[in-house]
Amino acid sequence: MSNMTNKLENAGGDLTARALREAFYAGLISLGLFFLFVGLKSDQNILNELILVQRWGLLAVFVIVAAVGRFFVVAYLQPLNARRKASKDAAATTETREGYIKRNFTVIAGVLLILYPILAVALFGVQGSLKWVDNFGIQILIYVMLAWGLNIVVGLAGLLDLGYVAFYAVGAYSYALLSSHFGLSFWLLLPIAGLLAACWGVVLGFPVLRLRGDYLAIVTLAFGEIIRLVLINWTEVTKGTFGVSGIAKASVFGIWSFDISAPNNFAKYFDLPMSSAYYKIFLFYLILALAALTAYVTIRLRRMPIGRAWEALREDEIACRSLGINTVTTKLTAFATGAMFGGFAGSFFAVRQGFVSPESFVFLESAVILAIVVLGGMGSLTGIAIAAVVMIGGTEILRELTFLKSIFGPDFTPELYRMLIFGLAMVVVMVWKPRGFVGSREPTAFLNERKAVSGSFTKEGHG
Amino acid sequence: MASATTTTAATTMTKDVILKVEHLSMRFGGLMAINDFSFEAYRGEITALIGPNGAGKTTVFNCITGFYKPTMGMITMRQKSGKEYLLERLPDFEITKQAKVARTFQNIRLFSGLTVLENLLVAQHNNLMRASGYTILGLLGFPAYKQASKESIELAKHWLERASLIDRADDPAGDLPYGAQRRLEIARAMCTGPELLCLDEPAAGLNPRESLALNDLLQGVRKDTGASILLIEHDMSVVMEISDHVVVLEYGQKISDGNPEFVKNDPKVIAAYLGVEDDEVEDVIAEVEGEEGGLK
Repeated sequence: MSNMTNKLENAGGDLTARALREAFYAGLISLGLFFLFVGLKSDQNILNELILVQRWGLLAVFVIVAAVGRFFVVAYLQPLNARRKASKDAAATTETREGYIKRNFTVIAGVLLILYPILAVALFGVQGSLKWVDNFGIQILIYVMLAWGLNIVVGLAGLLDLGYVAFYAVGAYSYALLSSHFGLSFWLLLPIAGLLAACWGVVLGFPVLRLRGDYLAIVTLAFGEIIRLVLINWTEVTKGTFGVSGIAKASVFGIWSFDISAPNNFAKYFDLPMSSAYYKIFLFYLILALAALTAYVTIRLRRMPIGRAWEALREDEIACRSLGINTVTTKLTAFATGAMFGGFAGSFFAVRQGFVSPESFVFLESAVILAIVVLGGMGSLTGIAIAAVVMIGGTEILRELTFLKSIFGPDFTPELYRMLIFGLAMVVVMVWKPRGFVGSREPTAFLNERKAVSGSFTKEGHG
Repeated sequence: MASATTTTAATTMTKDVILKVEHLSMRFGGLMAINDFSFEAYRGEITALIGPNGAGKTTVFNCITGFYKPTMGMITMRQKSGKEYLLERLPDFEITKQAKVARTFQNIRLFSGLTVLENLLVAQHNNLMRASGYTILGLLGFPAYKQASKESIELAKHWLERASLIDRADDPAGDLPYGAQRRLEIARAMCTGPELLCLDEPAAGLNPRESLALNDLLQGVRKDTGASILLIEHDMSVVMEISDHVVVLEYGQKISDGNPEFVKNDPKVIAAYLGVEDDEVEDVIAEVEGEEGGLK
């Protein structure tokens, strides 16, 4: 017994000694590394002469941080991780039932989303809810829908599309132009915008059918830019960089309108105080319904032969052809279906903003949508939704962090660090979960039990 | 597809020809991979295509299944119904879909991220597409698709049992051991409902026990479905055991054609496999004949 405690104490002593040793080395290395970078700084004095500023204090801070950090990692973090891993391995054999929240995730998320505007109004009042419903709710849901649409092309069919925003633009301009020229209603133009975007999906699909991998990515990127440049330069129709403004609002199926002057104005009809919040709440439910439609269709399509053919195409195109699958039409339907949802989202975007200009459809948007799909785990709807909340919600939250100004000074604008944090977060997630938040794949059919397919077996597709 | 379908009279052969390859040539730049190669495969038989490495066997397969377009020659597929297809004129996926020729690959090409069952369902794509009204009726929940979907799972189950993979049905295909992957690829090809099954080295990498199981599977396929089999194989225990008819290819040309016994003793084949100089072929022939005489 005493022997054992002795041993444990010994092990503890060994660990501390090792941690101290490693901390010393880390300090030494960082001293060597930062000596010239941080310790010395070349500067100009008032006479314009080059002088060396010595910053030993700052250098000391760097070295101390490195040494102390290493000490904590070796002494506490590593044993903790090892213990956690051991206990997890032990638990894995006994606990097979998933938690209640995990099992009913979709239902809980759905109910929360439906209650979200009501909660926002209850907590922050009608005017106060605007920010939460519009900036957070609608903004995130638009990206969820776009990423779900792109997921069909990239996640299921494995075709890397860097120009997805083009279809978003087609949908937005279809609604903006057809509504302002012909005065057609949103509910009629929504399917038309989707169809037009799907047509452009096929138009893009045809020339890129023979391309794979990097080449496909470059051509789709170019296609996205072509659409944007056409929107900028075709001024007679699109009004160029000025954009189309004064786009009509959507109505509740024509029963209630949100135009202030209309006799059937929603607020007037219900004798409510005038506020734009009702419209935003209506838009929230609208985009929620559209996103739900996207998810429903995707789930249904995956169980159809066409959805299976998409996934098979991602896994191995040559094998697909050997099984009698027409890869040309299969790829085209993937492009068209993905583009259609992009078009729906686009026309919703136009309705929500009331203004569209080519500036909203830059390459960065495509990149963000693609990043959401990759980060979420290609093919997984839940993962993508989580990724959209993290990425878009995260950037919106940065706007809220005004208290940081008291720390970093009044010049500090957290939004400017958006891309930096974005990139950092992506690197961290990709290191931590290389296959995205949800890396496994749900099979579409099963004989005895539904077992998730580990991400290490699925392929990313090569074009 | 009227252009691809000819109505030539049946051949005068006593055996029913299912696949007829005539004067097939395939040139890659300056290399003549196949040079004026003709052979016939008969319905209900297992035909083996053998030859040393680099003889052009896989190229012949790729021409038959449409992955290459031959430089010259005609490949005729005659179905049981009497319908004929000129395979060199069809795009590759139509060869499986219409002409009913299925194939497997030398380096296994499974959908590794899909489950074993899903692999077999993908193979029934064309049937299911029709049943689902090209997705639209299926999306709206019409009962015809549900019925077809149930039938497709039954068919998949049948082939899983035949390939003894039924316990692994819900596992990813990439997780199966090598021998099982080979069997799954054959089962998947059979799910397309082919009349001619082309197997590219099905026994490569299998141990003797798995090879025997493969023999049984192939014999069973032929007996129960009436499908004819064309296979490329290096494993002579498989070739000699199960094939009814062997065609030998060397440097893109046919050097021997006949039943296994005939081919086994053909001096040209022995020369090709043992690798002798051209001028020594005569000696080898003499030697072989001498040995045969000695045995008698």
